[in-house]
Amino acid sequence: MYPSRFRYEAPSTVAEAVAMLAAADGEAKILAGGQSLIPMMKLRFAAPAMIVDINGIGGLDYHRSDPDGTYRIGALCRHADLEKSAALADAQPTIAAAAPLVADPLVRTRGTLVGSVCHADPQGDWASVMVSLEGAIVAQGPNGHRSIQVADLIDGPFQTVLAPDEIAVEAVIPAARGARVGGYLKLERRVGDFATVGVAVSVEMSGGSVARAGIGLTGVGPATINASDAAAALVGTVLGADAVDAAAQLAAEAAQPRSDHRGSADYKRHVVATFVRRIGAQIQRSEHEAA
Amino acid sequence: MSTLFEEVRPSDGGAGDAVPVRRVELTVNGERRAADVEPRLLLAHLLRNGFRLTGTHTGCDTTNCGACTVLYDGVPVKSCTMFAVQADGHEVLTVEGLATASELHPIQEGFKDEHGLQCGFCTPGMMLAAKALLDENPNPSEDEIRWALSGNLCRCTGYQNIVKAVMWAAEKLGANAESDGADDAGDDAGGEG
Repeated sequence: MYPSRFRYEAPSTVAEAVAMLAAADGEAKILAGGQSLIPMMKLRFAAPAMIVDINGIGGLDYHRSDPDGTYRIGALCRHADLEKSAALADAQPTIAAAAPLVADPLVRTRGTLVGSVCHADPQGDWASVMVSLEGAIVAQGPNGHRSIQVADLIDGPFQTVLAPDEIAVEAVIPAARGARVGGYLKLERRVGDFATVGVAVSVEMSGGSVARAGIGLTGVGPATINASDAAAALVGTVLGADAVDAAAQLAAEAAQPRSDHRGSADYKRHVVATFVRRIGAQIQRSEHEAA
Repeated sequence: MSTLFEEVRPSDGGAGDAVPVRRVELTVNGERRAADVEPRLLLAHLLRNGFRLTGTHTGCDTTNCGACTVLYDGVPVKSCTMFAVQADGHEVLTVEGLATASELHPIQEGFKDEHGLQCGFCTPGMMLAAKALLDENPNPSEDEIRWALSGNLCRCTGYQNIVKAVMWAAEKLGANAESDGADDAGDDAGGEG
């Protein structure tokens, strides 16, 4: 299968790439990992007139913590970089739990977190993880940078509020107010399949109780779902079974699944609730071990 | 240099919408190669149709099966999910680059000895994914092998013998490394030079 014809540009700076996007008048797409874009182009779901390949731009492949605990992930940081990082596992448990579950090992060597978030596939794992962490995407355009909360970035299935001349250059996760705990669980039919259901739970514990919580849901609606009511049910609690159970129920209610070949809507809601409970139990176990 | 053949330059459009071809220069199996390619040409097709390295198989063509796996700067990638232009200035290893003229690579020996294939279609991709694993982790557990190969689908074997083949190769490579080390020690003891 061949994509439609396109012009190929390989800029060496972000500013150059932005200028190319601006000149392309909305007909260009950014190529980072390409693990969603290229298949869509081959199937001719996407037929951009220009591809701006950012893989030659140096200094975008990082993931690191600022001194204040803010975590930054560059636009060319691959899933495999996140999967293999011990430092990340300590600092960002939800991201560390999700990284090995994204696609398959071969896709993970190319695909990027920032690209996946911007692809805005309702079944993409990273957007839910980022929503649970109150993460943001930094976009660079002709007039400089702006930061967009991932919950606000995604406009619908495969749609974001990014302007045609903006590039997402990094993902930013704010510093935790306390100890960060969390997890990600995904039900898939086989390795590399999209999620039937994915649940991200991120919690910040301070003084034995929950200072902040976030829950993101994958694959159970027309876009990534921010289950904010469910997360609110955890705040101020000690993350006991009752609070987790309440959050599980609210998360299941927040889901908007459709019955399809991956399962019935009722089944998917049930899995959402089960995953919230399981992650809650995982967190409790790890807290006990740490104590 | 190799030029692209008609079959990889589909002529479904008129001359008016022609896109300029780009020169790519890359190293394939240790050899410098160059080609003029349309940007939409996939790396798998440059290898197969352009360079006639047909050991790289295209299975699903939809980023699912891993049959087209090659090593790109030592990292396993699906060559049907990269454009050939992206390989400009990079190194690619295909299954043709595993064996020398006289000797199979230990991974190939392992697949032969342990019956790690039946129809053989997935085998080139399996072997390159296995090579990437063993380069990084010379003594993988069975779980680690299964995990590393989980992006490569095989519809014949049930994977059992593929896993055995990779374990066989790991042992062989380990033994080779040890005997190389012993040879080096011997040379030192000989006090030549």
